[in-house]
Amino acid sequence: MRPFTYERAESPQAAAAAAAKTPNARFIAGGTNLLDLMKIDIEQPAHLIDVNGLDLARIEGTDDGGVRIGALVRNTDLAADARIRRDYPLLSRALLAGASGQLRNKATTAGNLLQRTRCPYFYDTNQACNKRLPGSGCAALGGFSRSHAVVGGSKACIAVHPSDMAVAMRALDATVETVKPDGSVRRIPIADFHTLPGNTPHIENVLTKGELITAVTLPKPIGGHQLYHKVRDRASYAFALVSVALVVQANGSGRVALGGVAHKPWRVEAADAELPKGAKAVAARLLAGAQTTDDNAFKLTLVERTLAATLAEAKERTA
Amino acid sequence: MKFDTPATTNPIDRLKVVGKPVDRIDGPLKTTGTAPYAYERHDVAPDHAYGYVVGSSIAKGRIVAIDTSKARRAPGVLAVVTAQNAGKLGKGNFNTARLLGGPDIEHYHQAVAVVVAETFEQARSAAQLVHVDYARAKGTFDLASAKGSATKPKDGKPDTAVGDFDKAFAASAVTLDATYTTPDQSHAMMEPHATIAAWEGDRLTLWTANQMVDWSRGDVAKTLGIPKENVRLVSPYIGGGFGGKLFVRADAIMAALGARAAGRPVAVALQRPLMMNNTTHRPATIQRIRIGTSKEGKIDAIAHESWSGDLPGGGPETAVSQTRLLYAGPNRMTAMRLAVLDLPEGNAMRAPGEAPGMMALEIAIDEIAEKVGMDPVEFRVLNDTQVDPENPKRPFSQRRFVECMRTGAKKFGWERRAARPGSVREGRWLKGLGVASAFRNNLVMKSAARVRLERSGRLVVETDMTDIGTGSYTIIGQTAAEMLGLPLDRVDVRLGDSSFPVSAGSGGQWGGNSSTAGVYAACVKLREAIAQKLGVDANTAVFDGGDVVANDRRVPLTKAVAGGDIVAEDGMEYGDLDERYQQSTFGAHFVEVRVDAATGEIRIDRMLAVCAAGRILNPKSARSQVIGAMTMGVGAALMEELVVDKRLGFFVNHDLALYEVPVHADIPHQEVVFLDETDPISSPMKAKGVGELGICGVAAAVANAVYNATGVRVRDYPVTLDKFLDKLPPV
Amino acid sequence: MAPSNDWKFTRRDVLKMGAMSVTALAAPRLVAGGSESGLGATSKPVTAKVGMEVNGAQQALELDTRTTLLDALREHMHLTGTKKGCDHGQCGACTVIVDGRRINSCLTLAVMHEGAKVTTIEGLGRPGSLHPMQAAFVKHDGYQCGYCTPGQICSAVAVLDEIKADIPSHVTGDLTAKASFSRTEVRERMSGNICRCGAYSNIHDAIEEVAGGAA
Repeated sequence: MRPFTYERAESPQAAAAAAAKTPNARFIAGGTNLLDLMKIDIEQPAHLIDVNGLDLARIEGTDDGGVRIGALVRNTDLAADARIRRDYPLLSRALLAGASGQLRNKATTAGNLLQRTRCPYFYDTNQACNKRLPGSGCAALGGFSRSHAVVGGSKACIAVHPSDMAVAMRALDATVETVKPDGSVRRIPIADFHTLPGNTPHIENVLTKGELITAVTLPKPIGGHQLYHKVRDRASYAFALVSVALVVQANGSGRVALGGVAHKPWRVEAADAELPKGAKAVAARLLAGAQTTDDNAFKLTLVERTLAATLAEAKERTA
Repeated sequence: MKFDTPATTNPIDRLKVVGKPVDRIDGPLKTTGTAPYAYERHDVAPDHAYGYVVGSSIAKGRIVAIDTSKARRAPGVLAVVTAQNAGKLGKGNFNTARLLGGPDIEHYHQAVAVVVAETFEQARSAAQLVHVDYARAKGTFDLASAKGSATKPKDGKPDTAVGDFDKAFAASAVTLDATYTTPDQSHAMMEPHATIAAWEGDRLTLWTANQMVDWSRGDVAKTLGIPKENVRLVSPYIGGGFGGKLFVRADAIMAALGARAAGRPVAVALQRPLMMNNTTHRPATIQRIRIGTSKEGKIDAIAHESWSGDLPGGGPETAVSQTRLLYAGPNRMTAMRLAVLDLPEGNAMRAPGEAPGMMALEIAIDEIAEKVGMDPVEFRVLNDTQVDPENPKRPFSQRRFVECMRTGAKKFGWERRAARPGSVREGRWLKGLGVASAFRNNLVMKSAARVRLERSGRLVVETDMTDIGTGSYTIIGQTAAEMLGLPLDRVDVRLGDSSFPVSAGSGGQWGGNSSTAGVYAACVKLREAIAQKLGVDANTAVFDGGDVVANDRRVPLTKAVAGGDIVAEDGMEYGDLDERYQQSTFGAHFVEVRVDAATGEIRIDRMLAVCAAGRILNPKSARSQVIGAMTMGVGAALMEELVVDKRLGFFVNHDLALYEVPVHADIPHQEVVFLDETDPISSPMKAKGVGELGICGVAAAVANAVYNATGVRVRDYPVTLDKFLDKLPPV
Repeated sequence: MAPSNDWKFTRRDVLKMGAMSVTALAAPRLVAGGSESGLGATSKPVTAKVGMEVNGAQQALELDTRTTLLDALREHMHLTGTKKGCDHGQCGACTVIVDGRRINSCLTLAVMHEGAKVTTIEGLGRPGSLHPMQAAFVKHDGYQCGYCTPGQICSAVAVLDEIKADIPSHVTGDLTAKASFSRTEVRERMSGNICRCGAYSNIHDAIEEVAGGAA
């Protein structure tokens, strides 16, 4: 970890402005991923802007009947919020499936969206990784790739996005709100927020220099049965092999998103329409064009089977 | 004192303190965070600097150039030590690879430098500035492809044979020929390898985390080229070892070298992401097992072959050893072959040999029992032996294996197991029961102690024995209390210091029995000295309730020390009882699992172990040893695997996020039953080991339960869902 | 957005990639070298003042900004009861209670805790005056080597508070009902604290006893 200067931000806009003008600055909130990576020299900020003091930790209703979640709302508080539990149980479930109690107490809504991959080659600075050092290659290709992407990857990178929360937000059509250094705000649909690796796997989202996430908003509740099924080897405190976020309405329509399969929370809107036809049809749409390795080919079967089980569970609850 | 005839009645048999499930005497320290571990000795080295280890980024090859100039100029840096400036270093007797690499590199993350700075933050930062250029050499990293080149290991007994296996196997009515694999595994103890080193002239003190104080004192001396007498090792609390801290590791040597270079005490803890490739691991195995039986299920022929790999000069994983002893059968053979691999050093991890050996053998037994059409409990009972099957004249000292099986089956409700696999479903879950034998040899080791009865009436026990979570403090205290007729709270136990008499140390599940036997010997001597002081006959005097009772008189012990402390020192050595009798520990593991019929996720609902392991010195801490071993067995069954990158030659998942070990949610309520047993052939304590018995067979019991639940047999550990998902019924 | 399908692995590609990474590996550490500008690895440490209340006592420190709360406790305040197991949030040995919440002290900077109230294992109880949870761990042998134990105990104390505060968990059946105590809940909620010695079953007994006593 390299030396860095440290400041506490006074306002979101001031934080953004400071980040834009200070060389190699980073925001820090929960710090659970940033410090992890700084310790092994993967993140090397020269200046940290502590945003924890900002007034961005509230969960409040929006005019259109939705909810606005402050960027600094801790994962624990978001999952435990009565309104979220009642109206967006998918989000509570996804949050509670992730990390540990200690980490959820620290990790923030914005920070969770910005988590970096847990690819073991990304984490080992002796190994080639285009995400860590563009142009160095991808050691995961041809290496140990059991947890890696099966859709949306590229020859440069097959890492997956590790978040559970973001998968639920993708299914719920969340919008990410930001403030830029010039004070302007923008609203980014979550579908567009995370990027696919292509030839630039080091770019993971569409945020511009200094741009600070201030909130995530959810449209008004969509009801239905909301289920989040995370499949992993150990029973807790592990990243997903595959996860399924599912919302099913009484008439059989619904939405589905996947975690653990791509460089971003994975949703293919056309797949939603296949829900009444069953898991096979939905999986076929979601996983169209899948590229697997020997290690991760099982994820195709696992997605379909997990979807089938989750759909069956939703049906059971409807009955 | 020499133990060469079976024990008769002795003061331990009073069982006033020994055998009682007392709370650990170190409990209040451990639960309040006041037990000092190696890296926490601000009390003895208040001005220490911090070392940070740099590991090799290649698996095999040479350092072409190493530039430490930038690191040396970094703020706060006091010294940078590499092979270039470390001086001549030797290699410890127990190390396969050198602890400081360069110019030759033997394995990934082999230490190549230590950067010493005023603060931890400065050392860590400057370590990134050490610039190393490597020339990579071609290495061999894949056991499966190196199997063909494996050779017969030099040491031990790589090949055994009795009768004519091939002929008997060919003639058997029912046969099994199956191959199993177990992966490389990591000890992953919670406390990283850590040391604070301080020099006083040419004398070195290491506050370190080490299971074997005397072995390691010798190896530190040998590595640094200094006399053993000049080295002091202090290791009173150890945050887990499981075999990973049996030997001197890079933390100790880097701290010593760093301290010498910096002229200051230096603290080094191996950073977690470095540990799994820098230190040792349990080596992977490929095991072929062939069993031939009669129609009735009697074993005629049994063969167990195992292949493993290690660095040049290393040894095999002795995965076939239990197969020589566990089941009857006139025709038998075992063989071990060793391939040279350029992976990190393979070495002992909890129950080396038996743990991976039983993972394979006990699936094989489940398979052959099914082929015969027998219940696997009955199959094991039928094939019990009371003598060494290779040498029928040699009996077991105690063998209550059948009773373990029967007791466990009854208690667990084994009769409810469906013989047809994949036939029990509750909602989304497939349910199954599994069983496996537990077996681990009992070893005894020479061990000494010093006991001192102080004028205050307190008894102090000193030995270099270690407590790695095993409960040594408490059982040693119980032993001394029993011998002197004192309550436990009048005994102080001091461990883990090389200035104390040399003990057995903690390894091979010999520690509990051997170290207490050493304390027994010292206490016998102390009793004699006390008796002499009081003018009574030591042989007939009874030490009871703080008094010595002799000739119908009760004299307080304190009277003997009115004129000053009485000190006695002795140790226990062993004759040939372990040759005349086979000494082993036995058990049975029962497991109930459920498997998600759609996703293949495996969850364990119930676990039971029944153990016959001699006298249980403290049922509370012994039970903990067993449940802990069962937990590690669950890890071996379901998740633990150091994944080898076969191109680059390293364990890829080298931290605790990616090398998964069981968490709370994986472990149900666990039950342990100890059969009431004493083994007078083992030691005057009549105890045996139990900490490793508990892991042997667990993984197979889980794997067999998964088979019973799903009907899909997985022979490659860990049993993860990707290995059987496509064979589960349609959703 | 349609899934991207603009590429395909061929065997040759994988081989090429493998070869490429192998070649790249001969180079030293593959990190993004220097910063755009500003501080670098050779720069002098930056220090900052921070004040916090630890176990009821006020602490005023001047620390390298890089100092984690864990290292501040262990190396600067000499409160070594809080353990460093992994330093990366993967084991839970460093768990402390900050402003009423359990966190991994290894993944937070000390300077971020100005004015915070920190409770470590030393603040819960001492030998001779154990906190009920510490006493229950001793009674149920909820530890072996003892290294994860302070983190387990801090977590256990916080878990009971979290259930009282109606914070749900992954295994909570009905999210709209109030959170309640069960052994299954304890197992899930404690899962951020790894015990390699495997004392889990006994730890559950200890927590259950304290929860029963508190109810």
